[in-house]
Amino acid sequence: MNWGSMIEFFAMGGKGLYVWGSYGVTFAVIAIEIAMLALRRRAAGHRA
Amino acid sequence: MPSANLQNESASFNWFKYASPQAFFPLAGAIAPWFAAFAAVLFVVGLYIGFFVAPTDAQQGESYRIIFIHVPAAWMSMVIYLAMAFWAGIGLAFNTRLSGMMASALAPTGAWFTFIALWTGALWGRPTWGTWWVWDARLTSELLLLFLYFGFMALQAAIDDPRRADKAGAVLALVGVINIPIIYFSVQWWNTLHQGSSVSLKSAPTMAATMFTGMMVMVFACWAYAIAAALWRVRCIILERELRTDWVRAYLGKQT
Repeated sequence: MNWGSMIEFFAMGGKGLYVWGSYGVTFAVIAIEIAMLALRRRAAGHRA
Repeated sequence: MPSANLQNESASFNWFKYASPQAFFPLAGAIAPWFAAFAAVLFVVGLYIGFFVAPTDAQQGESYRIIFIHVPAAWMSMVIYLAMAFWAGIGLAFNTRLSGMMASALAPTGAWFTFIALWTGALWGRPTWGTWWVWDARLTSELLLLFLYFGFMALQAAIDDPRRADKAGAVLALVGVINIPIIYFSVQWWNTLHQGSSVSLKSAPTMAATMFTGMMVMVFACWAYAIAAALWRVRCIILERELRTDWVRAYLGKQT
């Protein structure tokens, strides 16, 4: 185990902004892509 | 003739059947959730290894943990482009409709992974190199890859006839393939600020075993995710393009 506490985990040795900025944006991108796919699928169904 | 029937059904499972959008549509729908589930499990396992098992890097401290998404995303950005160009080329050569649809389905996911590779690269470069961005060969050719994806999508969007859009996009995609070896070998061919690869087929990876394991699990997670997303998108494309066919009308009527 690398982290003594939650605070240490989120601080990432002072590099928290960079590490969480990377993973946060990655998962935001995945969420956006899935939402766009769901919208596109629904739009195709309504156009028929 | 019962004997001929038997042979048809057992001896030859016809894979080419799935070259038809109508036949591929339910197949894609059946396998996409499995890849999505694999992706979810692998992301959790990969991130657990990356954050809780892999040790702190002796030189970089904790910022190196960006590697678990940066390298998989960068690899996927190139692999998806190759897959896209492959399907585009098949479509151009054999005039198969589904191939063009596959190429179009892969492009947005490839562009997203390219964006993630560039974004996480900037956030890794700042604490490591002291700069968000530098115009070295690796970063510049990866940015060009993003523009190739954008160009492919914009070109296809600008052409109304989907079959002509497929052909025009295919030419662009195939010309752009030259950029992939340039990205891959840029760190050897030029003196780049970006480091060389830590992983190669010829030698053992130059990183701790748990770091490597975490990274590879994330690579498989990204593969599974990309396959699921592309299959879901190709289903949308099939519906959009075959909207006037009886089977799509029947399928959609059944749903609502």
